Amino acid sequence: MKFITEFRRSELAEGVISQIHRKSKTQARFMEFCGGHTVTIFRYGIRQVLPKTIEMVSGPGCPVCVTANIELDKAIALARIPEVIIATFGDMLKVPSSYSSLQEVKADGADVRMVYSTIDAINLAKQNPAKSVVFLGIGFETTAPIVAASLLQAEEEGLRNYYILSMHKVCPPAIRAILNSGEVKLHGLICPGHVSTIIGSYPWEFIARDYSIPCVVSGFEPLDVLQCVYMLVAQIENGESKVEIAYRRGVRPEGNQQALKFMEQVFEPCPAQWRGMGEVPDSGLKLKRKYQHFDAELAFDIDPGPTHEPKGCICGDILRGVKTPLDCQLFGKVCTPEYPVGPCMVSSEGSCSAYYLYGEGFEG
Amino acid sequence: MCLAIPALIESIEDKEAEAEIGGITRRISLWLTPEAKVGDYVLVHTGYAINILDEGEAEETLNLLREIAELAGE
Ligand code: SF4
Repeated sequence: MKFITEFRRSELAEGVISQIHRKSKTQARFMEFCGGHTVTIFRYGIRQVLPKTIEMVSGPGCPVCVTANIELDKAIALARIPEVIIATFGDMLKVPSSYSSLQEVKADGADVRMVYSTIDAINLAKQNPAKSVVFLGIGFETTAPIVAASLLQAEEEGLRNYYILSMHKVCPPAIRAILNSGEVKLHGLICPGHVSTIIGSYPWEFIARDYSIPCVVSGFEPLDVLQCVYMLVAQIENGESKVEIAYRRGVRPEGNQQALKFMEQVFEPCPAQWRGMGEVPDSGLKLKRKYQHFDAELAFDIDPGPTHEPKGCICGDILRGVKTPLDCQLFGKVCTPEYPVGPCMVSSEGSCSAYYLYGEGFEG
Repeated sequence: MCLAIPALIESIEDKEAEAEIGGITRRISLWLTPEAKVGDYVLVHTGYAINILDEGEAEETLNLLREIAELAGE
């Protein structure tokens, strides 16, 4: 397939890998923020082929994983309201919240529908005029403009039974929080590719400038990630820290202006709860006053009750990059993709699921 | 979750398009890429094109990768 197979060529990959080995002299730790990169790195065994000088750690870049239980509990409480239809991306169904999962409340009779797109959610609202359709707005900057567009479309069409539970999160403040905590020392950052498709590369400049950490935006094919690592190594060996793009076919420095316009029209920044990190200022998106009639939290009386975290699960520490799934007592024994205890095992982009599926030899 | 895959736009009707994704034709929304034309490759995320892929940049990146790989052969 065009734009995919060319970026999987093994002869090119071998050349880039040996150049990384030749160039890399300084011990360095790189974080891939995005769960999509974690999957590429594990699927293609990239950790194993890198020189010993380079250590890779996974960051909090999976929207499903970082969604705090307090937010999930709200979604579950909404699902229990008889006239509500919950529309959600499939990734969320199995995630355990404090007491239940969407899949479980669905089995109990709640109307929970898996949708591929907000377009399906809008259609559900049209087909069920007597019901209220609540779309679970989960996702980073990649997804938020789409949810914004769906809301504008609903407004344009005069739909009155379409709502959003906005649990959207934006990435740069979370990275700032990780760097400020000082828990993990990083020497390079692999910046998320499709988040940057929307926001561009400028919003990462503060990392290079204020923290002197090289940043490279990467795509999701193995050659993209290898090129990104090569560029990070080159910056380190040259004593530089700047923002570069290794994914120029998909990311422009200024991002997607139309998408940003929709996002700004509909949402405004708010503090948000991240699993493992707690509240991060300005890292969430809430509906602007003008669009509050779409806000599920205001439209329905929901009482999620007290939250609690799965016992023994260390997803929070893993998401901050301070522990790995191997540090979890439950990993692979009690917690598996079939019977996940925490979200990092449910999500296909979660670290625990990546370790479980592709784990053999990863520490080599 | 931020998965986005390349699709080739085959036809456009208002803010929607028919696009080929891995051999299958799907309907996608062009709300976020109003400038997209028939014949463009776009990145599709949850049914929406989120940008137009730049073929020239893709070629340049591959050339750069070839150069790096050749250096390794020296
Ligand atoms: S293995 Fe399971 S219980 Fe342990 S941290 Fe991962 S998701 Fe949580």
